[in-house]
Amino acid sequence: MTMPFFSPQQDPGANFVELVKRAGLSTFPETWSESLGVPHATTCVALKFNSGVVVAGDRRATSGNWISHRDMEKVVQTDRHSAVAISGAAGPAMDMIKLFALQLEHYEKMEGRPLSLEGKANQLSMMVRNNLPAAMQGMIVMPLFAGFDTDNQEGRIWAYDATGGRYEEREFVTIGSGGMHAGTVVKVGWKREMSAAEAIELACRSLWEAAEADAATGGPDVLRGVYPIIATITADGWVKSSDDSLGEIFERLAQEVRAR
Amino acid sequence: MSMPFYVPPEQMMKEKADFARKGIARGRALIALQYQEGIVLVAENPSSNLRKISEIYDRIAFAGVGKYNEFDQLRQAGVRAADLTGYQFSRRDVQGRGLANQYAQIMGQAFTHESKPLEVEILIAEVGYDATQDRLFHITYDGTVIDETASCILGGDTDAIASRLQSNVNPNADLSTAMSLATSALSGPDRTLRCDDLEVAVLRRGDERRCFARIPDEEVERLLKG
Repeated sequence: MTMPFFSPQQDPGANFVELVKRAGLSTFPETWSESLGVPHATTCVALKFNSGVVVAGDRRATSGNWISHRDMEKVVQTDRHSAVAISGAAGPAMDMIKLFALQLEHYEKMEGRPLSLEGKANQLSMMVRNNLPAAMQGMIVMPLFAGFDTDNQEGRIWAYDATGGRYEEREFVTIGSGGMHAGTVVKVGWKREMSAAEAIELACRSLWEAAEADAATGGPDVLRGVYPIIATITADGWVKSSDDSLGEIFERLAQEVRAR
Repeated sequence: MSMPFYVPPEQMMKEKADFARKGIARGRALIALQYQEGIVLVAENPSSNLRKISEIYDRIAFAGVGKYNEFDQLRQAGVRAADLTGYQFSRRDVQGRGLANQYAQIMGQAFTHESKPLEVEILIAEVGYDATQDRLFHITYDGTVIDETASCILGGDTDAIASRLQSNVNPNADLSTAMSLATSALSGPDRTLRCDDLEVAVLRRGDERRCFARIPDEEVERLLKG
């Protein structure tokens, strides 16, 4: 590949998607066939706590009645202070996250400073909107965006709709087929000024209940040691919970259920 | 019809080279050194907004001296080329040698074919998974690539700086020692450089995906005190 140079009128600036187009590579296909039985990803949760946000997602991907993946990573760190979690058609969704993370990094390198958290949320909104033609054909991608705003020193979360509509939430967001069940659990248990440990436990509990009620959401897979992905984002950045610590939390939840 | 004067190629090349060298010598110099944990880049740069050193990719940094708009254009093209390659293939496929060759082509092309050569010298520094894989590609205004080891000096007054740096380069030195050496080599015996005259960044071998980090002024001051 030759090194890309542009005239001032043609210069794509810090926009990576534009650059990809100028380089003659395509990002998303315009149309999809509705009959494609592609894997779908399901329940994700984000909630605020006293010093940041927790993002969590189960690991199952399904194609109809078939469990197509047991260890899919739907919660992805997109830069030091932000993460995206996705539900919907897995292929386009993972592509979107990859492109989104690259856009954030590309901007940071070109401009010498990162985008503001609001700018990042807006950028993702545009990507969801660009996917609208595919969404109309069943390839819907529903992300949620969570991060720590280093300007305001607080955790913030956003939900989206298929048209790119962007909604900032004050307390928590849940998405996906098990989102309603998870949402109820978080709603009942959520408190202002929760600690990180309490918020992680609440996220685990909500995913547990979602997996109980929704066939497309995977619970903790003790047999294979595959646990949901749960991470906190604070002023110090992204920290992913270890499988060992999650194993302990889920074991405790299982004991509670047995004692009912 | 007017006939253009015949200029022998030797003379044309020499004049272009003199022109480029003069432009580069007007600016301040920059040093890159291997140290214990990776590569440190130290530039004399009173501006904290117009950068001479920047990140290109996970393990690759760019440094330029000379005319700012020219090397910044090269920097942007490098970020674009690297991000596109990484998007198209894999992050591991972005390598310093490939970038250095592309830069050499462009700068060589500009030197022979454009009416004015680029008045810049650049460095592509790549930190490896161990010290033997570290690379310093020094590319001059005419597209010459020099594969340097352990240290590299860019900009004007290189002979004097090289003589001060000379035998003191030690790839096993810690960051504070390497920075002090680079700073004293840049400043010379007659003046002292303060931390806000310096721009310092490192490529740190480690577990992080992105190895590039800027060292903020306060930290530079602390490290220079030793």
